[in-house]
Amino acid sequence: MPTPKLRFDHVHKDFTVRDDTRGRGARTLFTALDDFTLDVPAGELLTVVGPSGCGKSTLLDLLAGLTQPSSGAILLDGQPLTGPGLDRGVVFQQYALLPWRTARANVELGLEAKGLSRARRSEISGRYLDLVGLSGFEQRYPHELSGGMKQRVAIARALAFEPEVLLMDEPFAALDAQTRETLQDELLRIWRATGTTIVFITHGIDEALYLGQRVAVMSPRPGRLRTVIDVDLDRSRSDDIRSDPEFGRLRHRVWTELHSPAGTPDEAETDLLPLHATLEPARA
Amino acid sequence: MPSTLSPRTDPAAAPPVVPAAEDTVAFADPPTLGRRPALAADRDATPTLARRVRALLGRVLRSSIVLVLFLALWEVAPRVGLVDAVFLPPLSRVLDAFGTLASSGELALHLGASLSRAGTGFAIAVLAAIPLGVAIGWYERVSDVLSPFLELFRNTAALALLPVFILILGIGETSKIALVVYACTFPVLLTTISAVRSVDPLLVKSARSLGLSSLRLFQKVVLPAAVPTVFTGVRMAGASSILVLIAAEMVGAKAGLGYLITYTQFNFQIEKMYAGIIAIALVGVSVNGVLLALERHFSRWRTASS
Repeated sequence: MPTPKLRFDHVHKDFTVRDDTRGRGARTLFTALDDFTLDVPAGELLTVVGPSGCGKSTLLDLLAGLTQPSSGAILLDGQPLTGPGLDRGVVFQQYALLPWRTARANVELGLEAKGLSRARRSEISGRYLDLVGLSGFEQRYPHELSGGMKQRVAIARALAFEPEVLLMDEPFAALDAQTRETLQDELLRIWRATGTTIVFITHGIDEALYLGQRVAVMSPRPGRLRTVIDVDLDRSRSDDIRSDPEFGRLRHRVWTELHSPAGTPDEAETDLLPLHATLEPARA
Repeated sequence: MPSTLSPRTDPAAAPPVVPAAEDTVAFADPPTLGRRPALAADRDATPTLARRVRALLGRVLRSSIVLVLFLALWEVAPRVGLVDAVFLPPLSRVLDAFGTLASSGELALHLGASLSRAGTGFAIAVLAAIPLGVAIGWYERVSDVLSPFLELFRNTAALALLPVFILILGIGETSKIALVVYACTFPVLLTTISAVRSVDPLLVKSARSLGLSSLRLFQKVVLPAAVPTVFTGVRMAGASSILVLIAAEMVGAKAGLGYLITYTQFNFQIEKMYAGIIAIALVGVSVNGVLLALERHFSRWRTASS
């Protein structure tokens, strides 16, 4: 087996938090992410789904290099991550565009960090704005763009410096349902066009299944990887993959995984099995 | 409607939209070609133009009516004996005095003195307070240490310290400029601190995720994000620079608008005194106008549209 693009090797993350129930100023250790092990092959679109408090955001911060794991390591092409870098691009839920920069200048931010010449930047930003369908909007400021368009700019910005992995933190959660569906299709198109490895974090089961080749299901308190489900849907068969009976079955499987209470034999079993293997739990 | 509207906006496009029936007439009789649409346009444009002029006049009237009434009252009240014309001369006489001061060069002398002091103090304060504010805002430790101290001095009226400044720095230029520096520093410093602190953490996080160095992060994210708020402080500083300077000049100076006012009062040149006050009001309004224009220039991304 070749080196995976991304490997989570027993990643563990603790935070010290204030705990007033144990007296003033008392602090306890809070485990945000517990023994997270997963391989992501190159070119995969992996979705991570889980309830709030399951460590999704911690996972993203770790991936982005904004924090370091308490133990374990995240390897990109076999090299442990030590900090933020242009080998990973991040798309945030709230766009995070610089309001004083035009769409084009926002896309060029990462290219400036890369130290490219003005002409190269302009050429690349034009190409990526075109890729996300925003030709003609280069000179618009973020406040002149709709939510969907802002997120397109953010995607273009994250892709423009050609990262190895694209990290997306609930990028479509703030959009209306219709815009979200459009952007989901756009993302799939962009993913096929660029072949970038994508880790997509969401709390929507449908979104996770619609986009992902595999869905990593997480459980909260402490944040753990519960299972990874292969999404082997025949996407060519139907235009409306969401109403495919197989989609419904997978949806139910993810739902069951998300809702089975922590501490059941189910979880104990999950803990024993290699977590990057696909589990076949009994159909509920 | 289009046939009457388009000639107004684009005379060249007028003939084609004239209804077909008239077309032949128009071409058969060339002189009407240009005239006909123009007439049609005039008929239609007149009400619109009139309405627009009326709207403009209405706006001007609404915004100036109180001012005009005030100036009229100033002119009339002393003349009809409502107030003593010795202590409040009619506006026209004050304006006469203003004209005399201006033409004799006396006004320019005092104005120059005041503006150079205010400008120097203001510039020193802004140049010192912005970097300091950025540092305090960015490093939480520094802020924790300095905040109570700053809070104390911020709430001490600058003019209360005037005697101290005069005792230590003498009655010359230094004490006046120092007072302006003091008064201007706090608005700029405090707004800069809060501007840097309130930069959207997500923007910082997103820039960090790109691996930007601290310096680049500052240059590309923190500073541009802080500019609009900082400018509010700069504008407040501009206003207070004039305010404290005038007061300082009233206490001890040989030139300046504040000096002009007290000097003319003591010598019972009441018209000149009012002329000085008008000059100060005009300076205040212009300083604010200039700073407002600068502020708009620096934060034009907020309203700019292409």
